[in-house]
Amino acid sequence: MTGPEIWLAATLAIPLAGALLIALSGDWPNFRDAISLLSATGLFAANVMLVLMPDHAGTLALAPFLPGAPLVLKIEPLGLMFGLLASGLWIVTTIYAIGYMRANEEANQTRFFACFALALASTMGVAHGGNLITLFVFYEALSLTTYPLVTHHGTPEARRAGRVYLGLLVGSSIALFLFALLWTWAVAGTLDFKPGGILAGNASAAVLSVLLLLFVFGVGKAAVMPLHRWLPAAMVAPAPVSALLHAVAVVKAGVFTLLKIAVYIFGLDLLATLDARDIVLAATGFTILAASIVALREDNLKRRLAYSTVSQLSYIVMATIVASPFAAAGAGAHLVSHAFGKITLFFCAGAIYTAAHKEKVSELNGLGQRMPWTMGAFALGSLAVIGLPPTAGFLSKWTMFQGAIAAGDYALPIVLGLGTLLSAGYLLPVIYRAFFLPPARSGLAATAEAPLPMRVALLFTAAGCIALFLMPDLLTSLPLEAIRGRR
Amino acid sequence: MSLLGIVNYWVFVALMMLGFYALIARGHLVKKLVGLSVFQASVFLFYISLGKVDGGEPAILVDDPTTIYSNPLPHVLILTAIVVGVATLAVGLALAVRIREAYGTMEEDEITEMDRTA
Amino acid sequence: MIGQLPALQVVVPLLAAPLCVVLRNGTLAWLLAVATSWAALAMAVVLTGQVLAGGPIAYAMGGWLPPWGIEYTIDSFNVLILLIISGSAAAILPFARHSVADEIAPEQHARFYSAFLLIMTGLLGMAATGDVFNLFVFIEISSIATYAAIALGRDRRALTAAFNYLVLGTVGATFYLIGVGLLYAVTGTLNTADLASRIAPLLESRTVIVGFAFISVGLMLKVALFPLHQWLPNAYTYAPSVITTFLAATATKVALYSLLRVAFAVFGAGYVLERLPTEAILLAIAGTAIVVASTTAIFQKDLKRLLAWSSLAQVATIVLGVGIGNAQGLAGALLHMFSHALTKGALFMAAAVFALRLGGTSLERLQGAGRRMPWTSAALVLAGLSLVGVPLTASFVSKWTIVLAALERGWWPVAGFILVTSLLTLAYVVRVVEALYFRPSAADAPAREAPLSMLWPLWLMVAGTFYFGLNSSIPMRLATQAAALLLGVAP
Repeated sequence: MTGPEIWLAATLAIPLAGALLIALSGDWPNFRDAISLLSATGLFAANVMLVLMPDHAGTLALAPFLPGAPLVLKIEPLGLMFGLLASGLWIVTTIYAIGYMRANEEANQTRFFACFALALASTMGVAHGGNLITLFVFYEALSLTTYPLVTHHGTPEARRAGRVYLGLLVGSSIALFLFALLWTWAVAGTLDFKPGGILAGNASAAVLSVLLLLFVFGVGKAAVMPLHRWLPAAMVAPAPVSALLHAVAVVKAGVFTLLKIAVYIFGLDLLATLDARDIVLAATGFTILAASIVALREDNLKRRLAYSTVSQLSYIVMATIVASPFAAAGAGAHLVSHAFGKITLFFCAGAIYTAAHKEKVSELNGLGQRMPWTMGAFALGSLAVIGLPPTAGFLSKWTMFQGAIAAGDYALPIVLGLGTLLSAGYLLPVIYRAFFLPPARSGLAATAEAPLPMRVALLFTAAGCIALFLMPDLLTSLPLEAIRGRR
Repeated sequence: MSLLGIVNYWVFVALMMLGFYALIARGHLVKKLVGLSVFQASVFLFYISLGKVDGGEPAILVDDPTTIYSNPLPHVLILTAIVVGVATLAVGLALAVRIREAYGTMEEDEITEMDRTA
Repeated sequence: MIGQLPALQVVVPLLAAPLCVVLRNGTLAWLLAVATSWAALAMAVVLTGQVLAGGPIAYAMGGWLPPWGIEYTIDSFNVLILLIISGSAAAILPFARHSVADEIAPEQHARFYSAFLLIMTGLLGMAATGDVFNLFVFIEISSIATYAAIALGRDRRALTAAFNYLVLGTVGATFYLIGVGLLYAVTGTLNTADLASRIAPLLESRTVIVGFAFISVGLMLKVALFPLHQWLPNAYTYAPSVITTFLAATATKVALYSLLRVAFAVFGAGYVLERLPTEAILLAIAGTAIVVASTTAIFQKDLKRLLAWSSLAQVATIVLGVGIGNAQGLAGALLHMFSHALTKGALFMAAAVFALRLGGTSLERLQGAGRRMPWTSAALVLAGLSLVGVPLTASFVSKWTIVLAALERGWWPVAGFILVTSLLTLAYVVRVVEALYFRPSAADAPAREAPLSMLWPLWLMVAGTFYFGLNSSIPMRLATQAAALLLGVAP
């Protein structure tokens, strides 16, 4: 095996081996958590090695699978970006999760960490999948491996949420995504990711439009309304799951899939000519505004953040479908910057739950004095999600703005602007309550900061939001390479 | 071909329907099995009558080249089918006995009722 | 020796069956049965190699040449079936010991294994024979042994289930016999190939059409195709777990094989698919069956019964593949036979383990078993994923092929239908998963993992579903060849 092959194999092998060891080490919690941390670090290292490979070239055949549609992994700039993002944040989340799960004395921790590792293995498959069928396979695996995490508590509410989660994600992917994939296969005769797309010239504009709609709504993880319900439902899960999986890995796998489809299956040039684009733009515009308004009215903090995610995801989908190179690069950048911002916010929500046992926004008055680090990080994360300097969110939103304007469509910047105002509307009051309102008479007196591992994690991601602002090349270089470099 | 010329088929169909009717309409398990046997026997008759050749002799070779023989193959087939039928009937009756031991009745309605309330 | 394999494939288990009874001792009978099933698998594998290398094999039973003697023909279609039958038996029999010891009285053990081998003989014979009357005999051999085996179940409802199956099964077989008689009346032959050549000019005759109808209905009863399925749920639920596993993996599929063989090899693809409205009928029946059976499965409270209804839906999926009516659809249907045999075998094996350890298979009893019996539960979940048709499992490959076939004909509603109904499967699999992992177990629930001798065959089946999900080249090749053979186009 050559270098790239080894490291591609490692991205799957490390988390899988980790999951196996974790499953076998149930009786020794310290050993189990050490394995978690070790596999997270190893996985990140493997992804770094991939980025360092010359020319970003290399493939690894996994299995023959179907005639003409093998399972392969391939180094590709967008995948590198997503792989680095997910594996890097996995380290932080593992540290956080160890603190969280122990502080809250959760049951079934072995199953939890094992499934977490499996979910990361699936995410790596999505990131580095060398053709659409490989990507689809791991996309489904990601839904299935995260289901036990959502239903983790085993309460009737958790089971119901799990059904919604699995029903919507697997339902949309089988009924629409798989259908679109089969159709693409029937039309184009291949499912390889090719720069410039594989569909051009193979099907009529009407068929292509239908395909686009099937893809956009079939990739339920992108949470374009009306297929967003699974995300708020998934909030019954423990906070680390909401943080890494439902702010980063799972939801970003959705928009990442759409980005890959736009760039390598349709090709941006072809995409820009399709009529159905307007329908998608309208749907995403509606999602941005509607989800923001729901978030404004939602009192449960994690659910408010979930609706915020729904809205922000549609930003990325919209920028992807605008199909100008600049907007697509912005989409890639926002994928990263929103990940840092939102994971910080979820870390904070989990920290608040652990330390103060509060889940509602209206209960947070005066918490800033009790938990200054947590709420400070929350403020930074909020800025990143809203898109204000000095955070990375500002850069990515700015790029998408410019891309939309350059594409000559003036409705889009207006929607983007309104969405940004609304996101300030649902995030800033939280900070205001925490720092500037007096605490309620009872309750907060005994509250101290969250355990150290949790604080370390959330401060680290908050710092990441600023670091990426200072080093913008990290955000845009890989997406631009994908879109421009290999036309 | 006159209607009488195909009388064997009429017999076959009549017996078949009789057996089938008993099988469906009767609630007693043994009566069902009787119906099943009649139903099967009708098919045996159908096969055997197929083998009959006008003026045909039993298929035992004699030293006369002008002899016409009936077709022996269907007879052989039906010999096998009769064995199969007997075996089925035996298993069916054995089951009926066991059901009577277990439920204390052979009436289908009563058995269904007992299973439903069990 | 090698030249006699087509006969030995059937004769070896046939001779071993009475030997089991003679041995009297349950353990010895079990050992003999295991050895027989492995020998059968070895023979099937050798035959597969021969067919893949040298094309179809014709074998004249007793040296009597066709059309007078009975001919066995082994081609890429029935080696696939032979592999399914002997492979399932070879995995299930080693597994059977503990389950049988638990569910069946000790003095019956030898007879139980004898019945098992007779069922296997009948099924292998159905697959191997090239003679339509011989087929009837083998149908009845397997059926009569099945009735007896089902009746050995613990619950008294096993008796009524067996009796009902006996009545309906005999009607089905007799219908088939009538159909064969009608064909014999106009052609005077029983050999499949000979029949095909003589029937060609007579296809428009009313006798032939009626014969075809009798044969189809008779065999569909054995296939348990909706609405001729009433015998199946009770039979599968109350039969001894091992018998259920074997039947679910093989019986309905072999019956469907027989139907396809007679329909395509005797009447011809053109007649079946173009002259008669087969496609429309099959699509309507199979579509209804999938919806009705899957929906019913969702509401079942017992794992075995749930899986039985699921089998009805899956068999209907196979029929749907046939109904699409092109080579790819047929290949997909054959692949689905193969993958579903693996999947359902694994699922019913897991159910058998639960029956052994928990004393029953109601979903209530299964609650919380995920922690107490982790290996069995995990196997059940993985096999359940294959049932849904999740990628990387064998069912995904077969469903993929069927959907592509529908798209090839431009029937995208059919393609969408198959995908959407997969979600019904997901619904009942999730119910089982919830019971296993996300519901608290009763305080006094027994807690022991299955014995190793049951776990390895179970996991072997699960591993098989995933292996063939990753690398489908061998079954795919056989299925594609077989489909081409049946449709009469060059492979």
